[in-house]
Amino acid sequence: MLCCICKEKEAKVHLTQIVNDKMQKVDLCEQCAKDKGVNDPAGFSLADLLLGLGAAQEMEQGSGGPDLKCPHCGFTQADFKKAGRLGCAECYTTFAEGLEGLLKSMHKGTKHTGKMPQQLQQSRDLSDRLKSLQKKLDKAVADEDFEQAAVVRDEIKTTKEKLGDLTPT
Amino acid sequence: MPMNIDDFLPPPSETSRREGPHNRIVLSSRVRLARNLRGLAFPGWAKKVERIKALELIRPAVESLSAMAGAFSESMDNLTVLDKNILVERHLISREHAAKSAGSGLVLNREESLCVMINEEDHLRMQALRPGLQLKQAWGAIDQIDSKLEKKLDYAFSPDLGYLTACPTNLGTGIRVSAMLHLPGLVLAEQINQIIQAVNKLGLAVRGLYGEGTEALGNVFQVSNQMTLGEAESDIVERLNKVLAQIIEHEENARAMLVEKKPKSVYNHIGRAYGILANAHSISSKETMNLLSLMRLGVDLGLFPDLERWLVDELFIVTQPAHLQRRYTEKLGAEERDLLRADMLRDRLREVKRPKLKLGNGQAGSPPTTNE
Repeated sequence: MLCCICKEKEAKVHLTQIVNDKMQKVDLCEQCAKDKGVNDPAGFSLADLLLGLGAAQEMEQGSGGPDLKCPHCGFTQADFKKAGRLGCAECYTTFAEGLEGLLKSMHKGTKHTGKMPQQLQQSRDLSDRLKSLQKKLDKAVADEDFEQAAVVRDEIKTTKEKLGDLTPT
Repeated sequence: MPMNIDDFLPPPSETSRREGPHNRIVLSSRVRLARNLRGLAFPGWAKKVERIKALELIRPAVESLSAMAGAFSESMDNLTVLDKNILVERHLISREHAAKSAGSGLVLNREESLCVMINEEDHLRMQALRPGLQLKQAWGAIDQIDSKLEKKLDYAFSPDLGYLTACPTNLGTGIRVSAMLHLPGLVLAEQINQIIQAVNKLGLAVRGLYGEGTEALGNVFQVSNQMTLGEAESDIVERLNKVLAQIIEHEENARAMLVEKKPKSVYNHIGRAYGILANAHSISSKETMNLLSLMRLGVDLGLFPDLERWLVDELFIVTQPAHLQRRYTEKLGAEERDLLRADMLRDRLREVKRPKLKLGNGQAGSPPTTNE
């Protein structure tokens, strides 16, 4: 087996790391292992290393080839291979297909579950509320409870207005 | 006229006296958030004009925060190399950021508890720092700053992928929660590699004193989360807290075990560290850090009743190259620094008495009649 960095020398250092039940493997020759600080346990993290190599290739196979270019900033997949960083926020859309596998191997999930800007959080809360109100309305209508339906309809109206105020036009 | 960083930063004699929970082992806690502005290329790809534009948008927004009242705010090209190195030695900016000049900036509050790097790898890298183990407090502080900034700046955010960052490893929450740990017990007991491997398996990273790819000088290790997407911030903080509690316990156990099973070896290390630090006439920064680590262990084990931990912590900072250099106007070479460092250590440790062994049950500390 050849070293996955220099692809010249025989791989003698084999590393495995289990992250969220997913196994990640890297095979390196002695020199590359030393260069990457693998021998220094304190300075070494497999993710940093993986990002530098497997990642870019994986991304390339995933979509469009090295010439795929971000229309917003002109960044290409070849640039990612070189830098290990993306060009702009839009790159995440441009290279979405190729990035998916990479993100999967790198993170706990591929969907953000943490903090979001307050405005977005509020509009999301309001849309959720709108959905549940709509259900309530459907039920009231089905039950022929028109008094209740009228109340819910008013609530829907005010919620929609609030949502409209939040979303800049 | 750019302000001199020395006139702004509190002296190490003050910062090293700050107390925090578990500061026998946990030196400091830090939470960092990465954010970018919508519509502008990330700093590494942006042209200079675009970087300057981002800086001009971000800097006033950060300066206007009430928490940044009276802050130090400067463009990186206005800082000297020495200033930048002092900031690195205090763990306020990364080495990468120290290498930046025009188009990058820094806003730092007076207490050294909030620090915002502008145009490092991302447009914004903001961090909250606390002494000892206080991850939740640090997260709370930086969360607040972030919530205020999002009203002034248009962040690049996707409902699916979260905060969009230059490097996909930071995507989502953009959070790095980390603690700096002093682990001489685990190193001396040769258990440190096992701990590092176990921590790695939990998806956390262990790094050296100055972050990514650096050596664990002075037995100081940084433990931090690696994954940023698919897990909420508070869960990441909680997970790290649990792991840190375990590491603290292992370190305490290792120390207790060493004192019980290998007292001669531990006291030999500490005694030699004291001997060299208090008597050397030339000493490198690296050796100093490694020996101060052993002295700190000695303080924790009660071997230096008249030495307070803060003095060791202060020396840990002021003996580093940039801090040493700033005391002198002429440029010092490495050899000159080694001499001056040794002078400083001899002077500051002059009043410190030799380690006092506290051995019970007639072991190694008993009268000279003991047969060796």
